[in-house]
Amino acid sequence: MRALIPTVALLTLVTACGGGGQQAAQPSGPATLRMSIWTANEDHLKLFNEIASGYTKAKVSFESIPIESYTTTLTTQIAGGKAPDLAWILEGSAPDFVSSGALAPLKSKIENTGELVPAATRLWEKDGELYAYPFSTSPFGVFVNTDLLREAGQKVPEKGWTWQEAMTAASAVAKKGKAGLVVGDWDYKNWTNLASLWNGWGAKAWSDDGVTCGFNQPAMVEAMTFLHKSIFTDKALPGPGTTVDFYAGDAAMVITQISRASLLKDAAFDWTLMPLPNGPAGEYSVIGQAGIGVVKKSPQADLATDFLGYFTNSENSAKLARFFPPARSSLLNVDTLAKSNPLLKPDQLQSVVVDGIAKGVVKPNHKGQEELIQTARAALDPMWQPGADVKTVLDGVCAKIQPLLGS
Amino acid sequence: MATLTARVAKRRSSARFWTVRRRDYLVGYLLITPQLVGSLLFVLLPLALVGWFSLNEWNVLAGTFEYVGLDNYAKLVADQQLRDSLSATAIFSAGLVVLNLTLALLLAVLLNQKLRGTVVFRALFFSPVLVSLVAWTIVWQFLLQPSGGINALFGGGPNWLRNSGTAMLSVIVVQVIKNVGLNMVLFLAALQGVPKQLYEAAQLDGAGAWTRFRRITLPMISPTVLLTSIITVVGSLQVFAQIAVLTQGGPGTSTTVLVYYLYQQAFPFHHFGYGATISVLLFLIVGALTLLQWRMRRKWVFLET
Repeated sequence: MRALIPTVALLTLVTACGGGGQQAAQPSGPATLRMSIWTANEDHLKLFNEIASGYTKAKVSFESIPIESYTTTLTTQIAGGKAPDLAWILEGSAPDFVSSGALAPLKSKIENTGELVPAATRLWEKDGELYAYPFSTSPFGVFVNTDLLREAGQKVPEKGWTWQEAMTAASAVAKKGKAGLVVGDWDYKNWTNLASLWNGWGAKAWSDDGVTCGFNQPAMVEAMTFLHKSIFTDKALPGPGTTVDFYAGDAAMVITQISRASLLKDAAFDWTLMPLPNGPAGEYSVIGQAGIGVVKKSPQADLATDFLGYFTNSENSAKLARFFPPARSSLLNVDTLAKSNPLLKPDQLQSVVVDGIAKGVVKPNHKGQEELIQTARAALDPMWQPGADVKTVLDGVCAKIQPLLGS
Repeated sequence: MATLTARVAKRRSSARFWTVRRRDYLVGYLLITPQLVGSLLFVLLPLALVGWFSLNEWNVLAGTFEYVGLDNYAKLVADQQLRDSLSATAIFSAGLVVLNLTLALLLAVLLNQKLRGTVVFRALFFSPVLVSLVAWTIVWQFLLQPSGGINALFGGGPNWLRNSGTAMLSVIVVQVIKNVGLNMVLFLAALQGVPKQLYEAAQLDGAGAWTRFRRITLPMISPTVLLTSIITVVGSLQVFAQIAVLTQGGPGTSTTVLVYYLYQQAFPFHHFGYGATISVLLFLIVGALTLLQWRMRRKWVFLET
């Protein structure tokens, strides 16, 4: 009992301190807004700070969180009551964030929403309201190391090229010792990046209404069979567990978003940017997206929404377009894009960016995204060995993820 | 005069309150306060909160926190992936404990000889313990790549981390090499505490090396064997960084051990309530194992100091 009294006293003290701490966190003096972002690129940050310095109502600080753990860190911050006022949101998490009510409505504060391209806003809307501003709509394309292709006796690809041609060239380069084609950020784990390939077959991870698994549909089986053969028979792609850096000149091609062009600034080789190759289903385009949302729980949500309106107005969108392809149709033309993308040629901008955004589909996304990704990743693992039975593995994927889709 | 009496009385009463024993208590409590506050804040309070979270469904994004009673515990029973994670954890723990203790004891016995250079080898085997866990694991990730250092050394070999047959083994071995030095040092200390005359007496009685080891060394160092086995088992249940860096639970779910599964549920999947429930299970398992080992010490620990 004697020991109990000081213990209780201490607990009371601790609780009292906790309460006091929360009160002290109330803002005083000039308002400060916090925005979570996943880039730590100096040029990006310089531009953001430059735009933010023109905003008179509040100071804005940009907080970089590594992309690998971005959403997890953000949700943990929200759970811990330390949420930022504004946050970038990955396209994969869009359904979770938009449907949960975690984000504040934006439409009334965003300038001229009428000119936003519908393909870019679809993911971020619910019941006609916009919950995040699609500030970056970046199409997937293929960067090609033309030096390596020439050395392997391959032609430099032309518009309208096919997956078969791409893999043949990649395989030829691989035979010479360097790696062939790299699917960027996939690493045999984050399979949503394979959408850049299987859309060429018209395949889908799940139906548009998100209810039915699409992995065991004929188009997907065909696309995955092609991929499996390219990896294990033709050796056109580096195998599982191998790290290859295209930007250092170690691979012939990489499928990635055009925003990576900046990594080629000092490239010691000749390169070009191609639209995704055509598949049996014809021409197509895949876009990756990022939105900026206002965390509804933030005590400064109104001010944050006001800032977002300023940050994404036509003038600032044009500045942001230097790194992040805009969703505003007035800015989505070769002239505007060329000013901000000196590394890319006008025809590359037209075919990959302007056309790509207009007809692009986004990567697979669903409510409960992270659990779906992990569950399907585990079920897909048996595929990444020579001699795997593609159809059986894909049936297994559907058996695992169908209960998650249905719920 | 009256004020003086009052003052004396006051001093007396305060003198009576602050008896020697009470002063000692106060000093004692003051001395343990930092530790007590730390334990309360960072151990007991979170522990109690985890218990409370496990009875709730917490949707972080929607900001809802709903009492669901024992629903999460019912989910535990029905969860197939949890069973797979438990067996992965059992394989990891068993493999780690057997390999680690055997190797540590073997190294300790070898390095307990009076030979030139043993100090260098002792330092060499202990050094991985001092390396940052994540840095160690990342280097091994490169070594274990299909075209990495290990396969280059043996002129080819499997894709260690991507093959379900070798992934778990790789994680175990990486962990054993990292930590075997710690147990080795503990064993060395224990070995050097065994009185030499016991060996001399045994030798005079004609006991061979193996008999001396089995009949003298093992019983004499049994408290250390107990200690190291407890540390190693409990440590093996907490393995996380190695899995997160090397395999992310794959291939398939073959290396999704309990703590990694707990992390997946709570953080990336946003099931905080269910994650807390798995934590409670982990707490019970660790508690039960520790209790069991302490109970068993009566049977197989010969000498306890």
